[in-house]
Amino acid sequence: MRMAFLEITDLRKTARQGQSLVDILKGINLTVQRGEVLALIGPTGSGKTTLLRQIGLLDGPTGGRIIFDGVSMAGAGERALLQARRRMAMVFQKPVMFRGSVQGNVSFGLKVRGRNDGERVRSALHAVGLSGYEERDAATLSGGEMQRIALARALVLQPELLLLDEPTANLDPKSAKSIDGIIQSLASENITVIMATHNMQQCRKLADRVAVLLGGRLVKLGRPDEVFGDREVCDQMLCSSDGI
Amino acid sequence: MQEIWGGFVRAIDLIITLNAQVVEITTRSLYISLSSAFLAAVICVPLGGLIEFHSFRGKKILVNLIQTLYSLPTVTVGLIVFLLISRSGPLGSLGLLFSPWGMVFGQAILVSPIMIGLTVTALAAVSPQIKDTARSLGATEIQIIVTVINEARQAVMAAVLLGFGRALSEVGVAMMIGGNIRGYTRVLTTSIALETSMGNLELSMALGMILISISLVINLLLNRVQGR
Repeated sequence: MRMAFLEITDLRKTARQGQSLVDILKGINLTVQRGEVLALIGPTGSGKTTLLRQIGLLDGPTGGRIIFDGVSMAGAGERALLQARRRMAMVFQKPVMFRGSVQGNVSFGLKVRGRNDGERVRSALHAVGLSGYEERDAATLSGGEMQRIALARALVLQPELLLLDEPTANLDPKSAKSIDGIIQSLASENITVIMATHNMQQCRKLADRVAVLLGGRLVKLGRPDEVFGDREVCDQMLCSSDGI
Repeated sequence: MQEIWGGFVRAIDLIITLNAQVVEITTRSLYISLSSAFLAAVICVPLGGLIEFHSFRGKKILVNLIQTLYSLPTVTVGLIVFLLISRSGPLGSLGLLFSPWGMVFGQAILVSPIMIGLTVTALAAVSPQIKDTARSLGATEIQIIVTVINEARQAVMAAVLLGFGRALSEVGVAMMIGGNIRGYTRVLTTSIALETSMGNLELSMALGMILISISLVINLLLNRVQGR
């Protein structure tokens, strides 16, 4: 049997909200194969971003474990976590730019690895449709441009696992379409993509499988046609607000 | 009034003609205060980073305590440093008392709370997402700290400049640790105090005008780094 690229077992996360502790993830079990595009869907507050942050090793879980390419991250030291993190990249829903130029932003991940490859930066900018933006001050970019620069900043690292939190939320339809094209091409390059999204059309078009989160639990996992064909899932959370 | 006006004119003359005593005292003041600000910055900016980037019990109390020490009386610091570096004190063997380096040491201690406190505030103002973004792009913990300090560099620079301003304008440490020795530890503030008490008003006024001019330059620099 083929080893899963990513294996999540009984993953739990509790966080303090005000005076009380809230269970944000309540025992998630999930496996993802290399080269797969997995869409995480669910209403706001269902735990999608928290799950992405756990997979991206940005936060530690309260319980359960994540096995990344055969290596358990539970109790792993900072060195092992860094090595794993350097095989992934994450694009946040509302990306922030570092001070300085677009070039400096896109090459950030390369620089922290002791590399600097102008050609790769140009290629990443070209991929997101922002060729010639190298010298622009990142602080002057529009929200949509920032989103695309954030994607370029991740793509330039050629990650094995790409985590996307609402990758097209701030984009106009044309830009969103080009990002969809990029995600599609990543799958053909055997890059694993996990994306949280509210865009059901995007899910249907891009995802190999869809995971439905509800109240911190994984309530449905399957191919897009299976998930969107499930009347119960639709009734619970999706169809009314997102027009499937 | 005429005497004051006459003193003012003579003071301007001392500055314009680059009076040797005025130049010497001003140079020493700048040298000592810049050294103390540099020494404090080298220690306090990373220390501020350590406090901001780590969660520990009593962190809030520590930050409050540091902020309380912003207005620490200079004579109190002078007394503490005097006790530390006097011949019978724990650092007496270093021979720092009544020396310029003793003044640098004392002023560095005086400005440390301002630099640490304002560095902590500056770093806390940086979006937590900067840290997350740097980490998600493969930065090590040290690289994350450098990135956050770089994001807050204007505010950190302002903290250092404010520290320099306080060092330059203080009189307690300079008097108690330096001893106001002519040609060795006499600086702008101690000279003004001494010359005024001796009735040498024109020299006092000349030195006072230079002190105010330097403070003005610091303020202009502060506004510039803060983008105002």
